[in-house]
Amino acid sequence: MKVLVPVKRVIDSNVKVRVKPDQTGVDLANVKMSMNPFDEIATEEAVRMKEKGVATEVIAVSIGPVQAQETIRTALAMGADRGILIQTDVDVEPLAVAKLLKAVIAEENPDLVVMGKQAIDGDNNAVGQMLAALLDWPQATFASKIEVSGGKASVTREIDGGLQTLEVSLPAVITADLRLNEPRYASLPNIMKAKKKEIALKTPADYGVDVASRLKVLKITEPPKRSAGVKVENAAELVAKLKNEAGVL
Amino acid sequence: MAVLVVADHTNAALGEATAKTVAAAQKFGGDIDILVAGQGAKPAADAAAKLAGVRKVLLAESDALGHQLAEAVTDTVVSLAGGYDAILIPATSAGKNYAPRIAAKLDVNQITDVIEVVSPDTFVRPIYAGNALETLQSSDAKKVLTVRPTAFKPVADGGSAPVETVAAAAPAGREASFVSEEVVKSNRPELAGAKIVVSGGRAMGSAEEFHRVIEPLADKLGAAVGASRAAVDAGYAPNDYQVGQTGKVVAPDLYIAIGISGAIQHLAGMKDSKVIVAINKDADAPIFQVADYGIVGDYKVVVPELMAALG
Repeated sequence: MKVLVPVKRVIDSNVKVRVKPDQTGVDLANVKMSMNPFDEIATEEAVRMKEKGVATEVIAVSIGPVQAQETIRTALAMGADRGILIQTDVDVEPLAVAKLLKAVIAEENPDLVVMGKQAIDGDNNAVGQMLAALLDWPQATFASKIEVSGGKASVTREIDGGLQTLEVSLPAVITADLRLNEPRYASLPNIMKAKKKEIALKTPADYGVDVASRLKVLKITEPPKRSAGVKVENAAELVAKLKNEAGVL
Repeated sequence: MAVLVVADHTNAALGEATAKTVAAAQKFGGDIDILVAGQGAKPAADAAAKLAGVRKVLLAESDALGHQLAEAVTDTVVSLAGGYDAILIPATSAGKNYAPRIAAKLDVNQITDVIEVVSPDTFVRPIYAGNALETLQSSDAKKVLTVRPTAFKPVADGGSAPVETVAAAAPAGREASFVSEEVVKSNRPELAGAKIVVSGGRAMGSAEEFHRVIEPLADKLGAAVGASRAAVDAGYAPNDYQVGQTGKVVAPDLYIAIGISGAIQHLAGMKDSKVIVAINKDADAPIFQVADYGIVGDYKVVVPELMAALG
């Protein structure tokens, strides 16, 4: 079974994001970039499938600037077999990302796509579902458990108030939620080995997909700031203030 | 201009997020219809018909719709989409699952998690875990939005829209099939819509301690229970308690954060609360920078005192 894992290069989750004063975007200069955390979880899951003998090959795909090769190398160091970079400096919108991935899938014919439920930059939570729609494949989003056997995947999903289990016949798209697994840290020998793995370089034009924006970003602004309030001495004083001052009890 | 709102519901009842999404739909200034896609969902449709300002309620029913599977909901919404300029979907876990599938079938981008409708083609949404707000203009012919419920006040009851039955679309392709569902029954209010939320963090140290400290206080206040991502990661609280950018976004009248340091990702999920209380023994914890009232102290001392003070 061949597994495709799309991975995105984003601002590291521990970096405090700063909005540019001219409101055109957030400041990406000299900022640490990493693999989107949900994509790390997806990569880990795919690699575990390979280690269990369920998957035979794991392919990491990224769409982004030339530096996104580093993100693919991270996936390769975790255990993915090879990578594909679709190089573009355009900030590709989710629908176009899904179209590019569909084109990659037409060439690679994977049995399963495992990907993060959302990227922590745009927070769109859209590409996995869009890809499933374009392929007319079943989808199972927000997975906290995946079991693959006999051409099917049983997926436990995080829903409001509990868990739901779905069965999808393969090929299918599954998106990873936080509790699916804890991604490994790549070992030094595996990081070295990853340097020798192949990354194919492509462009959106190779796949005939138009990545021009359809959404116009008018401005990026800072959210309204909340100011610190007061420290109170004890619980009795707190309850009094909540009742009399704030009026919320 | 006509807008379709896809209802958040449990078949037997309408979710509060629906009335909030109708409020967002009103900003478009056109006719508003609500689709209830389910099975045995007449009670939810009847509740939707009572919302103010709704033209009609469409009720589509089938087995696959009963569990609101993404493939089935998508096919039904797409079959109705021709009559609408915009499709608004509450950003609940069900809505977030099927909305992008609908958008892709219509060959449009989804505008995710809208917190303000500036005009029928311009919207504001949070990005980077709420650390920035993006104002977007869409040139797509049809707009597909998910709406963050906490950003809108629900429309009132008082309407009496007709309920029309519409056909559930026949399956267009391979679909996921439903196996089972475990929904925790609770007498507490639902986290996303609760007036008061009591949340615990990593300082709890164990699942037992989380239950012992957080839950009695929540029950005393009639509050929902939340948790930080750190507490969920550590296994102290179930995943659906998670408040934060990648969990639930809440905006109650009162949010009480106990033993929560206030990581960026947590603040993104609760900073729109009306009043925030923080209890933490670290006076420098970032949570105090957003709290209206803070107590620096050990929760093991402060929470029992708080229980006593509440009487």
